[in-house]
Amino acid sequence: MHQHLLQVEAISSRYGGIPVLHGVSLKVARGETVCVLGSNGAGKSTLLRAVMGSQRITDGRILFQGEEIQGLRTEEIVRRGVVYVPEGKMLFGPLPVEENLLLGAYTLKDERTIRRNLEFVYGLFPRLRERKQQPASTLSGGEQQMVAIGRGLMSNPQLLMLDEPSLGLAPLLVDEVLDTVHGLKKEGMTILLVEQSVREALDLADRGYVLQTGRITAEGTGRELLESDIFRSAFLGI
Amino acid sequence: MEILLSALVSGLLLGLVLALVALGLTIIFGVMDIVNFAHGEFLMVGMYTGLLTAQGLGIDPLLTLPVAGAVGFLLGIVCYFGFIKFLLRGPMVAQLLGTFGLMLFLRNLALLIFGSEDRALHHGLLVGKSFDIGMGVIVSATKLAAAGLSVAAFVAVWLFMNRTRIGKALTATALNRSAARYMGIPTERMNALAWGAGGASVTIAGALIVNFWSVNPFIGLLFTMIAFAIVALGGFGSVPGAFFAGLVVGLIMEIPGFWDFFMFTFNADWMAKVPMTSFKYMWVYLAYFVIMVVRPRGLFGWKH
Repeated sequence: MHQHLLQVEAISSRYGGIPVLHGVSLKVARGETVCVLGSNGAGKSTLLRAVMGSQRITDGRILFQGEEIQGLRTEEIVRRGVVYVPEGKMLFGPLPVEENLLLGAYTLKDERTIRRNLEFVYGLFPRLRERKQQPASTLSGGEQQMVAIGRGLMSNPQLLMLDEPSLGLAPLLVDEVLDTVHGLKKEGMTILLVEQSVREALDLADRGYVLQTGRITAEGTGRELLESDIFRSAFLGI
Repeated sequence: MEILLSALVSGLLLGLVLALVALGLTIIFGVMDIVNFAHGEFLMVGMYTGLLTAQGLGIDPLLTLPVAGAVGFLLGIVCYFGFIKFLLRGPMVAQLLGTFGLMLFLRNLALLIFGSEDRALHHGLLVGKSFDIGMGVIVSATKLAAAGLSVAAFVAVWLFMNRTRIGKALTATALNRSAARYMGIPTERMNALAWGAGGASVTIAGALIVNFWSVNPFIGLLFTMIAFAIVALGGFGSVPGAFFAGLVVGLIMEIPGFWDFFMFTFNADWMAKVPMTSFKYMWVYLAYFVIMVVRPRGLFGWKH
């Protein structure tokens, strides 16, 4: 049987006593790019935080590489190869760009691997090399998003989870960031992407899920979703 | 002129030591956003440790610093895992009252063990010695050594925070706890480390101070208040801020010395009638008050 890298099985979660996820299930195969679509407050970020162990689940299981990871500490989940690039970037603002990137490699010990990953990130985002000594907080929104993604890539992730990477960026930069994600996909990275920019996300992803008020209401390939009634009523207003 | 220079030098030397007292408070706040009201009591533990180790083993007080540091590190770690960790689940006010309770506990424990009388060191390589550094300025050897070691401690902490892997992880935790966790940094252990480092630095400061200051179970509050003033002035969580603010507070505490200088310079008899030395802490708290009103973020801003 085909082994999935990430399997989320019927998880439920509450936020401040209010249920946000109701039996959500989702699978990501190795090498696949999967997107989760949904409007604000649908529970997309909660879903990713539940995978990271920073949001408690009340029910269900989360398996990574076939092993249960729910209940593990976040640092252990990161160590196993799940990386989360949070919404709103969460950079270490006063620290230089390069320090931010190096902190992303905290779980790695081998200096040569760290250097190689740093070169990889600078290759991906040449602008970050130019600004490597600058405090991260002084960068533009797009550049900060590059730091956030680059920082996530520093630890050799098995699964990269991106939480609304295009949020708050100018349209031109949205394309640039999503192009980078596309490049990572072509290199074989497994990506779980949460987005509000529906069309761009579906162009990029192999498959998608629609999350509405804490429930998965549709799933399928980009084309299947674009043609499904539930999707059209939810996002395209048709 | 000698009076002015003396006041300046003695203010700066005292300031360096006070900066070290405040360092632990700012580290713990920086990493955890918790204000440790028992900070002065940690200092008292350091003072007793220095005093008793020196007297018990018959060694020079300066050699007791590693012992004091180790005791403080353990004290910090034990307080964190045994107590503070559980307060984190509660609201902010639980943390405030919790460390306040810790303060009362440590103080009364000391009262039970040591009694209320003042104790002081009378022997030591540097105790009671002083020398002339020129231009009529005389400094006591213990204060000079304490100031020098305080600078060394600051440099060590700065290097640790900025040059080592664990120190950088600690800095990252202070800057953004959630993000640090997503980098795979064990933030819980970083909390414990902050308490250990904070405890060690303040007990070392205590073992330095006991060379020229007598100790009793109630000494803590004075230093807690001074440390609060320094940390507020320098910016909560800021290590360089604590250093420079310590110097400023040291100078503020020398205001009576400067007062004497102006009194002699201008032959102002009325100035002699003001009991300035009785008010030396008042200026510190006045400065604290002014800072909180005018610039609540402190000179260097928070956590830089």
